[in-house]
Amino acid sequence: MDRIPILKMGSALLVTIQVDMQDRLAMALEEDLTTRIAQTGARGVLIDISSLEIVDSFIGRMLDSIAAVSRLLDARTVVVGMRPAVAITLVELGLTLTGVATALDVERGMALLGERIAGAEGFDAGDIL
Amino acid sequence: MPVTSSDTMEIRTSDDIVRVRQKVRDLAVGIGLGLVDQTKIVTAASEIARNTLDYGGGGTARVEVIEEGFRRGVRVTFEDEGPGIADVTRAMQDGFTTGGGLGLGLSGAKRLSNEFSIQSAVGVGTRIMIARWKSG
Repeated sequence: MDRIPILKMGSALLVTIQVDMQDRLAMALEEDLTTRIAQTGARGVLIDISSLEIVDSFIGRMLDSIAAVSRLLDARTVVVGMRPAVAITLVELGLTLTGVATALDVERGMALLGERIAGAEGFDAGDIL
Repeated sequence: MPVTSSDTMEIRTSDDIVRVRQKVRDLAVGIGLGLVDQTKIVTAASEIARNTLDYGGGGTARVEVIEEGFRRGVRVTFEDEGPGIADVTRAMQDGFTTGGGLGLGLSGAKRLSNEFSIQSAVGVGTRIMIARWKSG
């Protein structure tokens, strides 16, 4: 079975979804990602969906679920590259992905992850002191 | 209403949902539907196709190009012989689900379509039609 490749960039994992995603592939991605977070101690997950022509409620739920599970494993998720037509359609569908942070592109997504990771560490340190 | 193109596709596995999406997109592009309209009808088709598979136990999707006067549209009719929906009015509400989903499928697909109809009978099955016209 095909797998969606997961790349490691510093303390973040990068996933580029390039195919019209089938259900099995989506479920495998969730499992693979959580395994990799645990193995690598990654603090962030960046999911690039710029190739996706549509996001339906199944994929939306998967993104929400990945963000929630990653959070429990102490990693922040940012979804980047959503096409404007997909954003319009998602809102009309009634799915606003409130549990998922988003950024316009990979560069801004990495910057956002950097801030969030640094912010979380700062908060932890302050907490201990 | 004249139908200029018609294809009936089986929905038996989740791979079939991908195929239905691709077919709907091809026809939508073919009649010159704008990008946002394409995205809406393909997303609506994806939602209903998943319902057909998950709740209807599989079925068929008839994907058509329709004409009315000078305008053209894409119409998709989903049919299954599953358990049917006992309370269609309730099933159309946001957040209603009997499965593990978000309950946005039917209501969301209706919002994304210019035309929507649903007929369902318990023990017989469900038929759902969605259509989107090329505007202007």
